[in-house]
Amino acid sequence: MTREIAVVAFAQTDHRRTTEELSEVEMLMPVLHDVLDQTGLKTADIDFTCSGSSDYLAGRAFSFTLALDGVGAWPPISESHVEMDGAWALYEAWTKLLTGDADTALVYAYGKSSPGSVRDVLTRQLDPYYVAPLWPDSVALAALQAQALIDAGHTDEPELAAVASRSRADATANSHAQLRGSIPQGDYLVRPLRTGDCPPIGDGAAAVILAAGERARELCTRPAWIRGIDHRIEAHSLGVRDLTDSPSTRLAAEKAGAFERPVDTAELHAPFTSQEVVLRKALGLDDTVRVNPSGGALAANPMMAAGLIRIGEAAARIHRAESDRALAHATSGPCLQQNLVAVLEGDPR
Amino acid sequence: MPEVLKAPLVVEFPFTRSLGPVQSAFLTGLRERVVLGVKTTDGRTLVPPVEYDPVTAEEIRDLVEVAPTGTVTTWAWNHAPRRGQPLDTPFAWVLVRMDGADTALLHALDAPGPDAVHTGMRVRVRWAEERSGAITDIACFEPYDGDPAEPTGHSGEFEAPITGIVAPARLDYTYSPGRAQTAYINALSARRAVGERCPSCRKVYVPPRGACPTCGVATSEQVEVGPRGTVTTFCIVNIKAKNLDIEVPYVYAHIALDGADLAQHGRIGGIPYDQVRMGLRVEPVWTEGARFPDHYRPTGEPDAEYDTYKELL
Repeated sequence: MTREIAVVAFAQTDHRRTTEELSEVEMLMPVLHDVLDQTGLKTADIDFTCSGSSDYLAGRAFSFTLALDGVGAWPPISESHVEMDGAWALYEAWTKLLTGDADTALVYAYGKSSPGSVRDVLTRQLDPYYVAPLWPDSVALAALQAQALIDAGHTDEPELAAVASRSRADATANSHAQLRGSIPQGDYLVRPLRTGDCPPIGDGAAAVILAAGERARELCTRPAWIRGIDHRIEAHSLGVRDLTDSPSTRLAAEKAGAFERPVDTAELHAPFTSQEVVLRKALGLDDTVRVNPSGGALAANPMMAAGLIRIGEAAARIHRAESDRALAHATSGPCLQQNLVAVLEGDPR
Repeated sequence: MPEVLKAPLVVEFPFTRSLGPVQSAFLTGLRERVVLGVKTTDGRTLVPPVEYDPVTAEEIRDLVEVAPTGTVTTWAWNHAPRRGQPLDTPFAWVLVRMDGADTALLHALDAPGPDAVHTGMRVRVRWAEERSGAITDIACFEPYDGDPAEPTGHSGEFEAPITGIVAPARLDYTYSPGRAQTAYINALSARRAVGERCPSCRKVYVPPRGACPTCGVATSEQVEVGPRGTVTTFCIVNIKAKNLDIEVPYVYAHIALDGADLAQHGRIGGIPYDQVRMGLRVEPVWTEGARFPDHYRPTGEPDAEYDTYKELL
């Protein structure tokens, strides 16, 4: 790995329960303009564009091609799309920059969960033979994981409630967040998870710009250098996994170099309170690490963008010189099925 | 700004999937009230069984029967069952390690309430009355306080094994086309074609999608176009579409409405199919109560010069 690559800009929408007045491209476009304006780049200056989204969320076939209108994709641009969280689009863009074929990349992701019922939509990503025919919704699967953690003595309901309240309290400083301040823990949604343990359902988008080497220093006063990034996946069947641990997260973190030196900040993509418990353990994070100062996915969880936002939030703290070395994590699938870890650093102050 | 349009949208599809030999045996077994697992090379028994070892990725084919009884390894109480789920009364989601297995199966447990459920509790399969070779042949699990049931030592060979499943899926949405397309559709219902102009390159898009795909900026200035237009290119359709009451052959064309910088498509009528040509001038034909033109017909004007529409091809 000979090229240094950095996140040089990050933008996100205000995340809201519904954006029915906007089409997907109408929701996305202001974020694209924001992130380009931060660097002074125009679409024509971007060497590679990669996006993450899922047509299932809003029930719109090929919606990502319509979203490209917001980029200004004519004359033809070098472009790709993943039907995954935008964190994986960033991974593809990082790879592209590593090859030397591109010096700058625009990565964006968006999700409109409001047109459908996301708990049911997400059942369609499950094993189609043995699991999907039972329609186990996303909260139910997270609740099975939470109960396994409680049974194993790794957490209890008061500790989960504390994760929820800390996240929403931190989100008061995040004007983009959907749930901020004092949010009641509420009733059981699927026991042992209460409404407060679950992420808000909403619409939103995010974008980052990556740049390599000196180009990054021209575009950003303190680039967030990607020191390592890796993603790993668990076995397919839930009943094969130890739901109280996340070996894939640990392995991705190891490959990304996260354990070589301590980080001061971690942005974890833990949509459910219980998943933060799993991730803290897998990553060996102690109380010296600032976890989810943005409020995390418990404060805003736009599907397909929430993982990219973790990388963006971690990078933005480095840009603002509030962090020197940060870990960003993104997840996909039920019960932390697939996990990506990036390690970001700023130049010495 | 007027209210955006909204409409229900149902996406419904049956997925037809073929099965590998292990999946086929497992699901056929459920039809016959037999629970099968598969042995990994390190001697573990996976239930539900899979075609490849989740650790080594080796192909695994060694089927072994396990008991229809087991132990709950984790659970979650679902007080509000959702469409498609195994029970329509409150139930527990459970992972169950069948007696004789080393891994757990996801299903539902019929229990009177959350106080009656705990990790480690003993359960047994409640078979569905009608079984077809699907995971839903297990209706659910139910509490059980007896000894582990004895497997019969089934070989995993069945008469008439199933080779595939059909998995129906239905998702319900509320579709909203957003601001720009709402304005277009509202104008169209008054038989007007209204596009939007790009503030940068000045092109007029009909129908508008809210952004200029060349400049990547929002469009907002509304511009009425048409009603007349020019055929820029066309094809002759010779295959009758299902549920479409149009005689073949007919012509489907790209039509650049006067004032628009993007052609849209529509059917051409009122002229023999083999006389349609590039440059033909056309106008929309509306039927009573329709929200969009039924088709376009010739206006009788002279054909448009190629240079007037060559950029719109």
